[in-house]
Amino acid sequence: MNLTSLQLPLSELPEEPVEALTGTLPAEAAGGYFPYMWLLVALPAFGALVLLVGGKRTNAWGHLLACLLPIGSFVLACLLLAQMMGAPVEDRLVTLEMWDWTFAGMFDVPFALRLDQLSMVFVMLISGVGSLIHIYSIGYMAEDPDRRKFFAYLNLFVAAMLLLVLANNYLLLYVGWEGVGLASYLLIGFWQYKSSAAVAAKKAFVMNRVGDVGLSVAVMLMFVTFGTVTFEQVFAAAPEAGDTALNLIGLALLLAAVGKSAQFPLQAWLLDAMEGPTPVSALIHAATMVTAGVYLIVRSNAIFDLASIAVTAVLAVGIITMVAGAVIACAKDEIKKSLAGSTMSQIGYMFVAAGLGPAGYVFAIFHLLMHGMFKADLFLSAGSVMHGMKDEKNMRFYGALRKVMLVTTIAFICGFLGISGLPPFDSFFSKDDIIKAALGTNWFAGVAAIAAAGLTAFYMTRMLSMTFFGDKRWKEEADPHESPSVMTVPMLLLSVGALFGGLFFVYVGDIVGWLDPITGYQPFVLPINDTVLEIVTLVVVLTGITLAWRQYASRPVPQQPPQQVSVFTTAARNSLYDDAFNEAVFMRPGQYLTRWLVWFDNQVVDGAVRGIASKVSGAGEQVKRLQTGFARSYALLMVGGAVLIGVVFVVARWL
Amino acid sequence: MIILPLVEPPPIELPELDWLLLGPMALVLGAAVVGVMVEAFAPRSSRRTIQLVLTFGSLIGAFVLVVLAAGSGGPVMASAAVIDGPALFLQGGILLVALLAALTMAERHVDPSGDAFAARASAMPGSEDERQFTARGYLQTEVWPLFLFAVGGMMLFPASNDLLTMFVALEIMSLPLYLLAGMARRRRLLSQESALKYFLLGAFSSAFFLYGAALVYGFAGTVNLGGIADAVTAQPQMSGLLLGGIAMIAVGMLFKVAAVPFHSWAPDVYQGAPTPVTGFMAAGVKVAAFGALLRLMYVAFAGSEWDWRPAFWVIAALTFFVGSIVALVQSDIKRMLAYSSIAHAGFLLLGVIAVTPEGLAATMFYLVTYGLATVGAFGVVMLVRDDTGENTAMENWRGLGRTHPWLAGAFALFLLSFAGIPLTAGFIGKFSVFAAAAAAGEGWLVLLAVLASAIAAFFYIRVVVVMFFSDPVGDGPAVAVPSWFTRTAIAFGAAATLVLGIFPQPVLEWAAQADIFIR
Repeated sequence: MNLTSLQLPLSELPEEPVEALTGTLPAEAAGGYFPYMWLLVALPAFGALVLLVGGKRTNAWGHLLACLLPIGSFVLACLLLAQMMGAPVEDRLVTLEMWDWTFAGMFDVPFALRLDQLSMVFVMLISGVGSLIHIYSIGYMAEDPDRRKFFAYLNLFVAAMLLLVLANNYLLLYVGWEGVGLASYLLIGFWQYKSSAAVAAKKAFVMNRVGDVGLSVAVMLMFVTFGTVTFEQVFAAAPEAGDTALNLIGLALLLAAVGKSAQFPLQAWLLDAMEGPTPVSALIHAATMVTAGVYLIVRSNAIFDLASIAVTAVLAVGIITMVAGAVIACAKDEIKKSLAGSTMSQIGYMFVAAGLGPAGYVFAIFHLLMHGMFKADLFLSAGSVMHGMKDEKNMRFYGALRKVMLVTTIAFICGFLGISGLPPFDSFFSKDDIIKAALGTNWFAGVAAIAAAGLTAFYMTRMLSMTFFGDKRWKEEADPHESPSVMTVPMLLLSVGALFGGLFFVYVGDIVGWLDPITGYQPFVLPINDTVLEIVTLVVVLTGITLAWRQYASRPVPQQPPQQVSVFTTAARNSLYDDAFNEAVFMRPGQYLTRWLVWFDNQVVDGAVRGIASKVSGAGEQVKRLQTGFARSYALLMVGGAVLIGVVFVVARWL
Repeated sequence: MIILPLVEPPPIELPELDWLLLGPMALVLGAAVVGVMVEAFAPRSSRRTIQLVLTFGSLIGAFVLVVLAAGSGGPVMASAAVIDGPALFLQGGILLVALLAALTMAERHVDPSGDAFAARASAMPGSEDERQFTARGYLQTEVWPLFLFAVGGMMLFPASNDLLTMFVALEIMSLPLYLLAGMARRRRLLSQESALKYFLLGAFSSAFFLYGAALVYGFAGTVNLGGIADAVTAQPQMSGLLLGGIAMIAVGMLFKVAAVPFHSWAPDVYQGAPTPVTGFMAAGVKVAAFGALLRLMYVAFAGSEWDWRPAFWVIAALTFFVGSIVALVQSDIKRMLAYSSIAHAGFLLLGVIAVTPEGLAATMFYLVTYGLATVGAFGVVMLVRDDTGENTAMENWRGLGRTHPWLAGAFALFLLSFAGIPLTAGFIGKFSVFAAAAAAGEGWLVLLAVLASAIAAFFYIRVVVVMFFSDPVGDGPAVAVPSWFTRTAIAFGAAATLVLGIFPQPVLEWAAQADIFIR
């Protein structure tokens, strides 16, 4: 193992920053809309500022402004996309230098935005889906007295998320990373009068902090190893760094990604995060923020390509979460928790793809894009159901809702088609690509991915039939009705994406060719015939659908969950004991450690501190006594001071 | 009978005056003279308006002139003063601080009976006269010319190029301040007592300065700073005249910056003076006096730095430790801020001790950030009141963050900046001064200063905790609603503190370009 790269003394840091690997085009030179790309972030940030500072005065129109600004970002993003598509490939990486955060000549981090093919995809997803969800929220939050605050936080989130994907260095990315964490915390706990929401927000916050430590460690390691934290310079210098340093950086980045994306072992917060308003679950905890971990890994591909241990860890994390999330989703009765399990599982797919290296990065992003659309659609439809059912979340009290909520049913079915992997809808392309890449690289990952596809089909069919088919199991006070069009239109728009997104990106917009210059796509060889594999996958998916349909649509669903169930079902209902696991592995030892630390702190540290503090304030009291208020004693003190200075002068000379 | 031949006295040569460089000072001092005329001839009803126009007009005009003069420079008035990079930078800083202070002085809305100054300073406290003047709503508009004279003195102080000019500047700055300190509208006896104390001790310290100047003249045969520097390098052997002179001049200067043990006046005067004046004094005098001290030590006495450095080590360490430690046990916000200002003098002395261009640039940046935050902080102090005037007991500030989040937020920002928390201007200032001192080989002193900073952070954070995490007593602190004068001052101070904490680069670079004294 090569440790030297970690122990590079500061004095040997490269004097001048390493030249960039690929030529980045300054925004001024690129012209067109590129010099204005700061507006992408600034518009929603401005909205958050106006709504938070303006206070109650903005109640009447604040939500409209908050919708217009992300739409503005989206329009600008479309213009930028058009310009980028028109530009030759080598001119697509554009950097907008804004200012330097430098001082004392030791620390030089540019505040600069970087727009390339990868961030473009994210900008489109965030501003597009974000705008739709803003509009949907007008209807969803219509009755909430704090609607303005809600929109302010949503705008804050969009701004921070855009900053995260537009940053051109890890430190600025960290700013966005923390910003989305803050917005997520505020929005999970938005209904903080519910103690469950407050606790969930706190849980999400704490578990995210664990991950964030990883990111800060990664940034520090990069600074020590490369002397810079700018993407280009880090990637350019990566091949010269030692294995150990790269693997440590990779693992630290993975820790960050795992926390933000709710992957094993930091997954437990996501299920509880469903306490937040549903638009939040759709935007933050399904479509965008939780995919930031995938972005981080794919963005850092230059590091992961060279860090074999870290990249294997990514794959392992992905496989575990992909399967575990699907199992949890099969057993949850609350519609949003089931969807949350599904989110974990789908992001697990993306981690698997990213863990495959250059063969998989593109597909991770492809699936992420598809997931952003169909999962947002599913969440919004679920929100529409809950909106109509007086916030009832338990699917055992749903059933036969297709008769009263036709549009919602259609939207949900579109989402279902998008996620389940039936041809020719979204996942059929994106998920199959991951399965193929996995089989071509690591057969175990491939088999696990096929199995998870079957589970996906099972839990989605279960959700669909328990909610919209079968018999009515409504509570008496429930009065289901279709949601207003301000909610259904965004759902339908997302449905279109869920149905045809895959077709579009395979046959019209070549996503592989688009991302290739950034992620370096590497073709792989499938061990078995392409068509055979597709048929096998399809059979597995259809089996899952059939099993679930027979269980939940053809037979009556009891309102009380059955108690005589297998160990596995109980385990899955308890989210695979993740809380118990956390308790046993982290919390209890943590508590013992804290208890011991508290004891140590009380007896030893506090003893010393109290001693020092009382000495210090005792000294303060003593000196304070000199402050008699008499001018004569002040003058005497001054004479004393003059004598002191004289003595020191003489002593200094004498020495 | 011897008839002495009649000798023609040599003609007095009038020095050339460079009006571009003298302009800022001339404008401010000229406006002050006009202000005195206004007091004599203008009707009472229009005096305030005229004085405000004069004050703000001259301050803004002078600031514009300073900006215009940036980059040029040279000796003026037959080398009595020198306008160079540091002088212009500090004059700009002083003018900014003075502008904000003037805004808080102009405030008439927080006290139901008028501004912060006694209706008639000559009326006996508690007398029938006083009651009558107050009832008629008289304002003591003489404060404005006094204020402008003080500003003019402050501007000349760091630009003085010989010991006599420096002494004159010191007195132009100090005398109006002694008066202003005694003119508070509320708690007048306390105010007058503090003014008298300030005057007596100030006179005492001026005597030290003057005696020191005489000794140095005895050594060097000149009062010109450059000439002294030449004499110091020409005679490397020990000279009692020189050492005694440096020591006594240092006493005079250290009194003005409130370094321990010459600090005793500061808490009493800060507490007794009208709060806008306290803010002005704490910020302006610190900037001006440190500017002059820097010039003295960097230009005149740099050659014997190993003589005065040890003494300054002791004084700096004493100052930041005593300031921080005694601030811990204060229960009054104004006194706490006074000790905080003493502690800051200690940190600033590190920049003087460095004797490097980096030290100079860092100290100047620190001074400006400290000055802006200080005026803002005292602006906030003006607003927290009860029936008898300002209520500066820390107890009374409990829960301010809940009842007045913006005000408490601004105050918290100033305190965090004083504490040197990152993303505030105070952090950048402290960091650059410490870095410069460390680079100059003062590692141990920097270590002690960091320790003292930790102690100091405790009492700043304690106020933040009191404001935001304690339940308000009763209905919470009563906060007066100020006019836009005070609002602007606080908002500008807060904005500057934040902006200079996040984008310090332009101002740091400006300070770094102005880091050479012209001899």
